[in-house]
Order: sequence, then structure tokens, then C-alpha cells
Amino acid sequence: MKKADEILELLKSNFPDLPIEMDSETPTEPIISVPPKEIDKIGVFLRDNEELLFDSLMCLSGVDDANGEKIKEADESESIKGGTLSVYYHLHSTSLKHKITLKVSTERESPEVESVEGVWKTADWHEREAYDMFGIIFLNHPNLQRILMPYDWDAGYPLRKDYKNPEFYKGMKVPY
Amino acid sequence: MGLLDQEFSDSNIVITKAEDLLNWARLSSLWQLGFGLACCAIEMMATSASHYDFDRFGVIPRPSPRQSDIIIISGTVTLKMALRIKRLYEQMPDPKYIISMGSCSNCGGPYWEHGYHVLKGVDRVIPVDVYVPGCPPRPEALLEGLLKLQEKIRTESLSKKSA
Ligand code: SF4
Repeated sequence: MKKADEILELLKSNFPDLPIEMDSETPTEPIISVPPKEIDKIGVFLRDNEELLFDSLMCLSGVDDANGEKIKEADESESIKGGTLSVYYHLHSTSLKHKITLKVSTERESPEVESVEGVWKTADWHEREAYDMFGIIFLNHPNLQRILMPYDWDAGYPLRKDYKNPEFYKGMKVPY
Repeated sequence: MGLLDQEFSDSNIVITKAEDLLNWARLSSLWQLGFGLACCAIEMMATSASHYDFDRFGVIPRPSPRQSDIIIISGTVTLKMALRIKRLYEQMPDPKYIISMGSCSNCGGPYWEHGYHVLKGVDRVIPVDVYVPGCPPRPEALLEGLLKLQEKIRTESLSKKSA
């Protein structure tokens, strides 16, 4: 069983060139930030390293950090420019009984994250959901299409903080 | 007035109007499209089971819209599902009836404001005969809704449709 700072040390010594940081201030759990384009390689390491054996991806979630510039539109609504979208990975090792949380942040204007579907199969639908709700593109995902919203939904990504619902969908009025 | 409440004027001959006979036949065997959408569907299933016994009113679930007389919209109608509901409704033979069960299908329910994916009332795509309020309605409430629908069918006329 490893503590978060031991896991951080292992990661740092194996990926010396990558900017890997830990935020220990979060009240719930320490969170390790890693670069979005390297998460697949880091995932393989976390899964296969004898001391870590993170065989289970418990959850993968998208988050809209809403930390960009907020612009008021003519109709009083707000849109957000710049800033980041993030993906959080909650890992668990069923044999060694330890846990860790990873985070990657990517630019809101072109949100691209490497897929971890090849590392943990669980990630397949979770990444599709994060794509569906936040528009985060998972590079090298085998089937990145919408999962909950209609396949032909073209009105944007509903869980983004500046999302606006369309007036109509296929002739049906959407607002109350 | 029910058909069989009338007196027999001769042994085993009942005289009635064709309209009353048709309405009586119709309202006594409302076959239901076996179709549930969300949490409300659990209450609908409970209504079908032995304790509340939908069957005593002639309501039995059918697996195909072609054999069904009524469709109970029991739950959250998402925009994605609304298109399918419309198609199912169009596949049912006339005369057909709709009970909208629960707040979701009446008006969007808990999703009325922030439900980006929910249709705010199934009556935006198909015509509803009876609305049953509740979240979810108890089986008694659904039975009441069915009795209201039967009342409505009882007063239907061949020359002009009352609905
Ligand atoms: S009305 Fe309430 S119980 Fe019925 S489907 Fe909606 S949320 Fe569920």
C-alpha cells in the first residue's frame, strides 16, 4: 500500500521530463496533475508497475473549470473564452488496496486528451460521456461518438457552464 | 349507465344502442402497450401486479403497438425517446388512447427547468386523453386515471368523436 507522495515520487523518477505535480490542499484527497497527451503512457506505468498495480479505473469524469474570460452576450447570457476543461481519473488497486486521483487539464478552445481506453477498458464509455457532455476529444479512442444525447445533437455540449439549450429539436420545442 | 345494468326484456336478449355496445366493448378491454420509461413505470408495473390487479379492468400489457388500445406514458420523456414514442403511437390502430402518467410526462417534472434532454410534456408530440399527476402517482391514482378514461370512452359517439 502506497501513500500519494510515494506514488508521486515513483511517477517523477520514471517520467523525469514531464511536469507532474501534486495538489495536497484539496480537502478530500491529494490530486496528481499530469500532461493530457501523456496520460496513456502514465496509465500503463501505473497499471503495470509492481509496486502500484492500479488495475481498476473506478471513475473518469470531465469537469468544466469555467476559469476563462466571461463574456456577456447581448441576450444577458454568458459565454466563456479561454481557460481549461479537465478530466479526473480515480484509480484503485484491487490487490494492493491503494487509491489515487489523477487530473489532466486541456485548453477549452481545443480540448484534446489522449485516450486511456487501451489501458483500462472501463474508459471506453466514460470517455464517450465526457465527450458528449463537455466536448473533450479523446485522441485514439476507438469509437468516440455521443453516448447519451441523440447522435445528431448539434447544439453543443450540455454540461459546459456556458451551454445554451436550443429552441427546437426536430420540431419539438425544448424550453418549458 | 353500464350495458348490463339494464333489465333483460326477454330471457338472454339485451336491447341496446350500437353505440353503447361498442363503447362498452371498447372500455372493458383496454389493452396496454407494455412500455415503461422511468421510475413511474415501477408504479405502473405494481398496478399491473396482483395486489392492484389492472387486469380486472381489462388492462393487460401487449408486446406490440399493433395489438394495443392504450399507451401509458409512464416516466421521463427525453427528446431522444420522444421520437420513438411518436412512432409507437403512430403504429397503434385506431381507436387509441393515451394516459400521461406522472409529472415528467405531464410537464417535464423535476427536469422542467434544467433538463436539457427532457421534453416538457409528452403532449407536445402526441395527444393525451388523461393526465395523472404525481411523482410518481400511486397505483390508486393510475387506476383513477384509467376509470376517468373509461368514463370518457363511455360517452363517445359514432357520429362525432368527443375527444
Ligand atoms: S414523475 Fe417522478 S417518479 Fe415519474 S418518472 Fe418523473 S421523476 Fe420519476
